[in-house]
Order: sequence, then C-alpha cells, then structure tokens
Amino acid sequence: MPNLTANLAGIRSPNPFWLASAPPANSGYQIMKAFDAGWGGAVWKTLGIPIINTSSRYGAINYRSNRMVGFNNIELITDRPLADNLREIEEVKKYFPDHAVVASLMVESRQEWHQIVKDVENAGVDGVELNFGCPHGMCERGMGSAVGQEPSVLQVITQWVKEVATVPVIVKLTPNITDVTEPALAAARGGADAISLINTIQSLMGVDLDRFVPYPVVDGKSTNGGYCGPAVKPIALNMVKNCAQHSGVNIPISGIGGIENWRDAVEHMLLGASNVQVCTAVMHYGFGIVREMLTGLEGYMKDKGFAQLSDFIGKALPNVTTWENLNLKYKVIAAIDAGKCIGCQLCYTACEDGAHQAIALPKNGQESRVPAIIEENCVGCNLCSLVCPVENCITMERKDNGSGPESWKDYMASGKAPTAFNDERAGGHGHWIPEPKAGLGKG
Amino acid sequence: MAEYTAPTTEKDLENRFGQIKPYMNPTMAYYESSRCLFCYDAPCVKACPTSIDIPLFIRQIHTGNLDGAARTIYDSNYFGNICGKVCPTEVLCEGACVYNLQEVKPIEIGRLQSFATSRAIERNRKLYEPAPPNGHKVAVIGAGPASISCACELRMRGYEVDIFEARNHPSGLALYGCAPYKVTNNDVLGEINYLQEQFQFKIHYNHPIESKEQIAALERDYGAILLGVGLGHTQPLNIEGEKLDNCIGATEFIEQVKLVPLSVEVGRRVIVIGGGNTAMDAASESARLGAEAVTLAYRRSKEEMKAYAFEYDLARSAGVMGLFNAAPLAILGTEKVQGVRFIKTHSEGGKVMPLPGSEFEVACDMVILATGQSKRSDFLGLIDSLEKDARGCIKVHPGSFQTSHPKYFAAGDAVNGGAEVVNAAAEGKMAARGIDSFISNSK
Ligand SMILES: Cc1cc2nc3c(=O)[nH]c(=O)nc-3n(C[C@H](O)[C@H](O)[C@H](O)COP(=O)(O)OP(=O)(O)OC[C@H]3O[C@@H](n4cnc5c(N)ncnc54)[C@H](O)[C@@H]3O)c2cc1C
Ligand SMILES: Cc1cc2nc3c(=O)[nH]c(=O)nc-3n(C[C@H](O)[C@H](O)[C@H](O)COP(=O)(O)O)c2cc1C
Ligand code: SF4
Ligand code: SF4
Ligand code: SF4
Repeated sequence: MPNLTANLAGIRSPNPFWLASAPPANSGYQIMKAFDAGWGGAVWKTLGIPIINTSSRYGAINYRSNRMVGFNNIELITDRPLADNLREIEEVKKYFPDHAVVASLMVESRQEWHQIVKDVENAGVDGVELNFGCPHGMCERGMGSAVGQEPSVLQVITQWVKEVATVPVIVKLTPNITDVTEPALAAARGGADAISLINTIQSLMGVDLDRFVPYPVVDGKSTNGGYCGPAVKPIALNMVKNCAQHSGVNIPISGIGGIENWRDAVEHMLLGASNVQVCTAVMHYGFGIVREMLTGLEGYMKDKGFAQLSDFIGKALPNVTTWENLNLKYKVIAAIDAGKCIGCQLCYTACEDGAHQAIALPKNGQESRVPAIIEENCVGCNLCSLVCPVENCITMERKDNGSGPESWKDYMASGKAPTAFNDERAGGHGHWIPEPKAGLGKG
Repeated sequence: MAEYTAPTTEKDLENRFGQIKPYMNPTMAYYESSRCLFCYDAPCVKACPTSIDIPLFIRQIHTGNLDGAARTIYDSNYFGNICGKVCPTEVLCEGACVYNLQEVKPIEIGRLQSFATSRAIERNRKLYEPAPPNGHKVAVIGAGPASISCACELRMRGYEVDIFEARNHPSGLALYGCAPYKVTNNDVLGEINYLQEQFQFKIHYNHPIESKEQIAALERDYGAILLGVGLGHTQPLNIEGEKLDNCIGATEFIEQVKLVPLSVEVGRRVIVIGGGNTAMDAASESARLGAEAVTLAYRRSKEEMKAYAFEYDLARSAGVMGLFNAAPLAILGTEKVQGVRFIKTHSEGGKVMPLPGSEFEVACDMVILATGQSKRSDFLGLIDSLEKDARGCIKVHPGSFQTSHPKYFAAGDAVNGGAEVVNAAAEGKMAARGIDSFISNSK
C-alpha cells in the first residue's frame, strides 16, 4: 500500500489533498464534513477584519455542454467574526488532530498581523497562509494582490509574521505578475517556510449582451474578478514549475489551480508541488470528489511502484528545459489509422486552413472518406491529432534519421542557424506552399 | 390481450399515437447540439435530399441563434419542421452521421431540426419576405409538399402564385398519409400556415382541376403551370373478393385514421397485404387502434420488403406479426370479409414462384390492401403531349423539372412515383428555379 502522507514544510496531513482557502473552507461544519469525506487538510477561508460581500458574486465560462470550465468571483475574505472562526478551528482540531488546519490571514498593520497570528495559533492551527493573492476588492484597500505584486512589501510583512509565528508560514502568491519567481524569492527572503500558488487571475468573464454589463452583474455594474477552475491549470502548472526550478526559491510548494481529479494533482506534484489545494472543483461537485482523487492517486503510485509522495514530487522537472535545448533533429509525422477513422475530415480542414496543407482528401468518386497525410508537407505540428475526435486515430510517428540530437544552441555554436532575412538555412526553406491565387474559389 | 385497446377519447388517441420523435426541450437541444463535430464536407449534408447545412444549423442552435438556425433550414427546405419529424432520418442524414462509424449514437438531426423550426413557428418569426411583384403569374395544381415548396420559392422571386387544390386542406399526403405518431395534424397545418403568412401564395381550396376547359384557362392566364398532383387511390390487386365490405385500400384507411381517428372501425383480426412503408404504417395504425391481431402478409421474403427495417421494427413493437412468402389468391367472404386464401411462394432470380398445392386460409374480419397508389392518368390525359415513363410517372428534365410540354413543370410523387416529403420539397424548389429560367428566358 503506498503511503499518501504529505508533508509541507512540517505541516503533516494524511494525504496531499487540501481544501483551498475559499467558500468550501468557510466554516467548521464544512471542514468537518470534508475531513470526514477524506480530505487531508484545509486552509480556512481567509480571516481578518470581516467584510461585506456583494450579490451576485460569481461568473462562469461554459464550453459546449460543459459547465464551469472557467470560474470567477468577486468575493472578499471572510464575512464572519473572528471569534466564531477561532472557536470552530479549535473544535475541528479536537476531532481531527492529524489533519492539517491552516489559517489563511489578511490584515494590514504589523500589530494586527501579530495579534491574528497569536489568535489562530492559540486556536490550534498547524500553519498559517498569508493571502497576498486576492486580485479584486481587497487589493483596492492595499491588501491581497497589492502586496503580492510588490515583492519588497511582501517580504516585510512575511518578516512581521515570522517575528511571532511558531507554526510554519506559507505565502500564497498571485499570478497577476510578470515573473512569479520575484515574489517567491521575496517570500523566501522574508523567512517563509513554503509558498502556495496560484491565487486567481484578474478577469472579466463575459458581457451580458442585452444589458451591456460584464458578469457577474451587481445592480447594473460589474468589476474585474479572479479566474480559476479547469481552464487555469496550464498557467498554474507553469508558475509552479518556475518556482520549483528556481534555485533561489528553495522552499516547498503547495500547488493550486485547476485541480479537479487525481491526474491534475499528480501533474502539479510532478512539477514540484508537495501537496495540492482545491477550490472550484469542490464548489462544483462537492467534497465527494476526493474519493476519486484518493483512489486514483493510490492506483497511480501502485502502478509506478512509488512508495511515498516524495518518490515523484518534481519528477518531471528535469524534463522541462528551455526551447534552445530542444532537439531540432527530432521529427514526427502524422499517421492516420484508416480502420479507426470516421471520415469527419476535421483533420483535413485544420491542416489545410490552419497548418501546412499536408492532408489530402480522397479523390472524387472514391467511396472512402479517409484523408491521407502528404508526408513531404507534414511538419509534425500535432494539430490534426489534437482535432481528431477518435482516440488514437492519428498518431505521430517518429521519422527522423537518428542523427542528432542537435539543438538551437548547437546550431548557433556551429553557425548553422539562419541569420539573414532570406537565409537559405531557414526551416521552412523549400517547403511546398501553393500559390496565393490557388486559394480563390475554394471557400 | 393485444398491445392496445380501441381508443374512445382524445386522451386515448394521444396515448396511442405518442410522438416517436417528440420535440426537444432547450436543455436537450443544448446538449445534443454540443456533440456535433462540425465535419468538413459533412456526410449528413450529402445524405439530405435538400442539402440542409446541418453542422451550421446545429452550431447556431448551440450558440442560442435560433432564428439563424431556422433560416439555415428553411433556406434549403421549406418543410423544416415536418421533415424533421417524418423523414426516414435513419437512412438519410442520421444514417450518414460519422458517429455511426464509431458505434456512437448519431446526432439526432431530425429532432434538432424540428426544435429550431418549431420555435420559429411558435414565436411566429418572420424570416422571409417575398420579392416585389415581377409581373408574372404561375399556376400550381395540388397543394402538397412539392407544390407549396415550389410556391414559396417562386414568391421569393416575385411571381404571383395561385394554387388549386381539390380538397379543403393543404399539404397533401403529409396530412392525409404520414403516420400520426410521427407528426400531428397541428404540426403539419401549423407549418403551412406559417409559410403562407410569410410567402403569401394563394390557395384555392375545393378547386379540383378536372376538365379540358379549366386546363385551357390556366394555360391562357398563367406563364407556367406546376403539376404537383401526387398519386391517386390504392391500386386493386385484381383478385376475387376485393369489393367485399371491410376490404379497404391502405391510403384510404390511413386517411380516415388521420382525419376521423375516433370513428375508424378497425377489425378484430386484420390482414395487411403488402411489403412497403405504407403497409407498415397501416399495420401499425390498426394495431394501435385496438385490433387484436394484425398480420402483415407479403408475397416475398422479409429481406425483400421495400419497407425500411426500422419501420418493420416499429410495426412489430405495436404487436404486428409478419407472414412472409405468402401471396394472396382470394379474399374470402359473402358480404363482409371473412378471411384470405394464400399460396406459399419462393423467389427464383427475383421472381415470385408459387409452390403448387400449398394453399392455406387465414381468417380475418378486415383486409387492408397496401399494394401501391395508382397514377393520376385521367387527369394527366387532359394535358396535350405530356410524356410519361413506363410506370406512368410524368417525364421531366432532371435539372429544370420541365415536362415535354414546355409550359408544364412537375415535381413530387407524380414524378418520382412515390418517395418522401423531403424529395417532394427538394423537387418543388428545383422546379421553381426551372420555371423562373423558363419565364425569364422567354421574355
Ligand atoms: C401512407 C403514407 C405514409 C407516408 N409516410 C411518410 C413519412 O413518414 N415520411 C415521408 O417523408 N413521407 C411519407 N409519405 C410520402 C409523402 O407523404 C409524399 O411523398 C408527399 O406528400 C408527396 O408530395 P406531393 O406534393 O408530390 O403529393 P401529395 O402530397 O400527394 O399532394 C398532392 C395534392 O394534390 C392534390 N390534387 C391531386 N390532383 C388534383 C387536381 N386534379 N386538382 C387539384 N388538386 C389535386 C391532392 O389533393 C393533394 O393535396 C407517406 C405517404 C403515404 C401514402
Ligand atoms: C469564490 C472564491 C473565493 C476565494 N477566496 C479566497 C480567499 O479568501 N483566500 C484565498 O487565499 N484564496 C481565495 N480563493 C482562491 C482559491 O483558493 C484558489 O487559489 C483558486 O480558486 C484556484 O484554484 P482552483 O481553480 O482549483 O479552484 C477564492 C476562490 C474562489 C473561487
Ligand atoms: S480527424 Fe480523425 S476521424 Fe476525422 S477524418 Fe481525420 S483521421 Fe479521420
Ligand atoms: S502534423 Fe501538422 S502539418 Fe502534419 S498533417 Fe498534422 S496538421 Fe498537418
Ligand atoms: S455527420 Fe454528424 S457529427 Fe458530422 S456534421 Fe453531420 S451531424 Fe455533425
């Protein structure tokens, strides 16, 4: 049986699945229920001076028949009195001493930071998370992402917290910044024990076409909100990887953003996250999804022979390199499995209009609708295999001559890289491309 | 007990004739439309006799552009709603959908089509306006699908159109023939009414064209004449006993079912003779109206039936029993039908051969002859030099639908010998274009 126990900078939990600081972690009732369902930890909905929220608060992007592929909110931190939260934290810890309860915090002055850290420690939390990420509302008041976007301020506040904290301190980062490693480095310099990322991305979810107001509509007006959910996973993965690969950051990472199932979680971990946090998926489907996450992770670890999480945390990092190191001699070409093809010809139109005119339709009068790859034209971009609706119908077959590897860096060193506008050494030199006029009358 | 008892109330009828392709609700349409792949050069479009741009209207449904979807459908086929319900989609668009090749349920194109068009009809959306009068008049004989389709198309080109219809309702066999569990009379009349309000063609009801004088007047007053007269009564089998009470032609029986369903007196034991789609309908309908035993007797094998397999399955599901390789020799009885004498057959090179000495009798109290409809040869004889093919169908030029008499054009069952509503709609539209170029060129 693989061991799922997670450890983030000394904060232990029976498994790596935590609720992110958000509505699912708003109360002791919800967190008890979540732990009961199988969650390993929870970051309490951000505490501070309680606020007043708007209604409505959420917007979503649906893709085709799928609801909430992307989600956004204009909600602030907790609207409940601190005393109620502290009492509930204590109660949860009584029932679940081995689960991780982390308090997310957001206040302004040094004195307030000192006070609230002591209060939550007295209530029994296993760690604190400093919310420097909220990109709406709170940042207008000089908190949240206003801090996260200012590395020097972030560092100072982290230091204030470290002056009094006895439990591990996690700094939650905002993605609304050019280079996420800058605030990550500032957190490390300030003495943070871990970072968590990403918080939500500034966004407008769409516009009501009749009322001329973006969503969510609050009495005829709207404001930018924070974007999250499945659609943001790629952005989160990249930022997690950037922090994990940076030698100066060097503190553990809690991965957040677009996690809905065990695969998403494993991806975050392969890129360096020690555990993961989930919000939108729980808001969509409830706490029950953790059962799938637990069994999925366990099955994966068994299949791969991983005994504990550390066996694969960061395992993909050595394989993420810079573009200049990729092997330019590697060549794949699309191949269609005629037995699987259903003749939708989406690959044809994608390659014809959106790639390299490397797919031919069957000749007129032929019964079959299976297109054919024109190998000389195929650049191996994958587009056709991505649009094909049939699993494994278009595969990318390796076709290079085995020479190499040779990267851009090598090309530059050996003088093989093109340097002039009409350089003979250009990659597309000699590619067959139809004359412009041949494009007429085909629409 | 049989599957059904005789209906006595409107409610019973609704239950006996529940729609096999009921209207989708918006959620169903949303989900179903999301599945369409938007194939290139889509096979479903190629399989539609009216070449509706199916992927386009499905995408329009999905994006909430219902008027756009209805317009896409009506641009190709004026019988959008009726066709969505009565077309044999299994062998047309849906049969060609690429999903079949993946053994995934094909897109429910017919129901989506009816969804979009019925919404336009319900909300009385004006999608078309006739062109300004061009000064030419066209007469149309018959108000069936071929004729109405032709009339709409002519109105779009500014022609004044007078339709002469023998009966007191429009839409021909779409009303008197199509099975009540496929389409309701309200659906049929509703769509014609919707078309008439927009296209403003005139229909003169109770106005059969049956004399040389009438024909001469039409020729004098109109620039061209469309023959959309369809087919006539059920053809006799020319065997003994056809005149007995309770021996009825299928078209005549079905017409009663459609017009006065509660007064149809269906026998306890019914024998339907024939192997086409009309035979299937007559058998299904008599079973649904409470016949205790319905036998479908065909002189060839089951595999040789002209009816679509799904129509036979539908009849079977209503409790109909098949009797194959049985040719009727005589209908037995003195005043009323009492039975049918058959002889067993076998096929030799496509020819039906009786097996000598194999006569047998089956008792029944009703016989329905589904032996094909006769051609309207008396009427066609009124027109000079009108050429017909070997089957007695009107001969036309395949592109323009012009007959051997240049002033006459023809479309629908009278030309194709009896096909589907969608074929009549397609041909009527093409005939309108033929008429337009005939009249424009003879100016
Ligand atoms: C029992 C049955 C079931 C069917 N089921 C289906 C089905 O499920 N799906 C499907 O797609 N198709 C079905 N069809 C076929 C479809 O109904 C026809 O193909 C279609 O209606 C043909 O259209 P039309 O305009 O050519 O002729 P018709 O619909 O026959 O219309 C001809 C019109 O002309 C009028 N007329 C004839 N002579 C004269 C005259 N001399 N003067 C004035 N008016 C005249 C008639 O009264 C009639 O209204 C069915 C047919 C039958 C018989
Ligand atoms: C409605 C809502 C409220 C949130 N409130 C907070 C908050 O108070 N503190 C915080 O640190 N993050 C907050 N977040 C951000 C989430 O913790 C998380 O970082 C983000 O949703 C990305 O993860 P996900 O896409 O997996 O849900 C909130 C997110 C949502 C959707
Ligand atoms: S996209 Fe796939 S299924 Fe469709 S035609 Fe191309 S290979 Fe065949
Ligand atoms: S891999 Fe790219 S270039 Fe090659 S056939 Fe597919 S779409 Fe065209
Ligand atoms: S064949 Fe099927 S999937 Fe393709 S466009 Fe037509 S309905 Fe859509």
